[in-house]
Amino acid sequence: MTEINNSILEMRDLSCQRGGKEVLRVEQFSVNEGETIAVIGPNGAGKSTLLLTLAQLLNPVCGEIRFRGEMISNGDSLALRRRIALVLQDPLLINATVFDNVALGLRFRRIAKKEVANRVDQWLSRLGIAHLRDRRANQLSGGEAQRVSLARALSLEPDVLLLDEPFGALDAPTRARLLEDFQALISELALTMVFVTHDLDEALFLGNQVAVILNGELRQQGPPDDIFTAPLDLDVAAFVGVETVIPGRVIDVKDGHVTVDVGEIQLEAIGEAKLEQPVYMCLRPEDLTLWRRDELPTSSARNLIRGKVTRLMTQGPLVRVVIECGFSVVALVTRTSVQDMDLVEGREIAATFKASAVHMIPRAE
Amino acid sequence: MDWIWDGLKQALQLLLSGDRDVLGITLLSLQVSSIATLLSLILGLPLGTLLALGQFRGRNFWLSMLNTGMALPPVVVGLVVSIFLWRNGPLGGLGWMYTATAIVLAQFIISFPVIVSLTVTSLQQLDPRLQTQLLGLGASRWQMVRTLWLEARLPLFAALIAGFGSVISEVGASMMVGGNLRGQTRVLTTAIVLENSRGDFALAIALSVILLGLAYLITLSLTWIQQKDAKN
Repeated sequence: MTEINNSILEMRDLSCQRGGKEVLRVEQFSVNEGETIAVIGPNGAGKSTLLLTLAQLLNPVCGEIRFRGEMISNGDSLALRRRIALVLQDPLLINATVFDNVALGLRFRRIAKKEVANRVDQWLSRLGIAHLRDRRANQLSGGEAQRVSLARALSLEPDVLLLDEPFGALDAPTRARLLEDFQALISELALTMVFVTHDLDEALFLGNQVAVILNGELRQQGPPDDIFTAPLDLDVAAFVGVETVIPGRVIDVKDGHVTVDVGEIQLEAIGEAKLEQPVYMCLRPEDLTLWRRDELPTSSARNLIRGKVTRLMTQGPLVRVVIECGFSVVALVTRTSVQDMDLVEGREIAATFKASAVHMIPRAE
Repeated sequence: MDWIWDGLKQALQLLLSGDRDVLGITLLSLQVSSIATLLSLILGLPLGTLLALGQFRGRNFWLSMLNTGMALPPVVVGLVVSIFLWRNGPLGGLGWMYTATAIVLAQFIISFPVIVSLTVTSLQQLDPRLQTQLLGLGASRWQMVRTLWLEARLPLFAALIAGFGSVISEVGASMMVGGNLRGQTRVLTTAIVLENSRGDFALAIALSVILLGLAYLITLSLTWIQQKDAKN
């Protein structure tokens, strides 16, 4: 396979252990120039291990890591570490002024005093905290401290910025403001970064690539659309919010249209499949449209199912509706829709969804 | 009870007149205990750091040994050092017995575990993730350690104060390895013991006042530095 190599960091066939137990397995992972990769996965899946390995702070037991195409050998690679900067969930500032904190990494690199001052001031104002320059670190709010931590890493102008749940410890409004400012910085500077999060919204907001880690294994890496609409396996599907999984068997394939027998009815999907192939039909809850039985749809959606509402779960402004129709289907609708349609448990309703909304995952017999 | 009052008066006179003997004893005390503390710091800080940050076999064993060492009775140290420095002892050839150097050695052994042990505690109070963060900002191992020392400077100061405090006030080891030779190995504590046994309470009190004052001044100045920093 030939590839134009603009990758900054690359991992292959890598395995990391802690206490003799494998905690991370990566077949292939690469960070290309200008990419912002969101590493998602549940707690304890190995996300932070991946980040620390990228930061050269954990040595894998086997596998190779390349930096700009060159193999990295195990051991303390200071020069390499200095081209990378790490931001952790807690700001971990030292007991000094904001200025001294932001200057920390620059001083480690023995950069001239004047240049340090220039760069610190520049990054303080970029992150909107120039007024905190002489404040002691222990007098900052959580949001301010995390801005200092970001300024401290960004001032190093690293080839790759690594962030471990950098907004995880902040309250919602502070987090929203910081996310917005940070997103603007990312696009302005065309930053290359890898950030760990367990928040899917954050992953979509900041990432132009998503990597899913489950049970210590990197399962899938790709653009967010691919990950969210075409997960490779059921575990990834479940993690990225696919709530409806219907097992079935392909009975017809024509011009990219696949018809699948799922028991009492047949559903259509778009994609490639072999005749008689057993598959799972995966559906995201937001892709379903609900209809009252007495006003059946006139939409162009190819799939129609009829069933009974078995559960309603309120989730902020939205409501999850579980429909039973031989199999369970979950839809996500607004509270207003629930009122308009007079949805209650036991009500007979219909749901439609487009063939293109269905993602098929092959299954074993 | 007049003799107490007399003693205090005489002590004040001795202090104000700048008695050469008293001055000599005081200076020697300061010198010996400072050198011993400084040596403990120079060797104890790196060892304490290694024990605090390192992951190696037997770490817990060494930590418990050091903690026991904090309660080492000075007379036991005096005995062991005496045995080693005795003319026929393993280090007898050095000819250190009954010299100020012997006292420094004994006091070093007393303050060393104090400083190492408190260094370990000081560094372990820091967030362990700070090490990862510093390395992740491009610190070399040495830069990381230096930054951690700076972060733990307040409790490290306390370690220094405790180390000095443990030796300036000890008498057993100094007496045993120094021999309390006038003008050579007589320090404040051994002089106090001597004057007390001679019944010269005035001189004993004067020396005690100096010892207390000295301990107070030194710890006061260290505490002052520490608190000034803490306020920042």
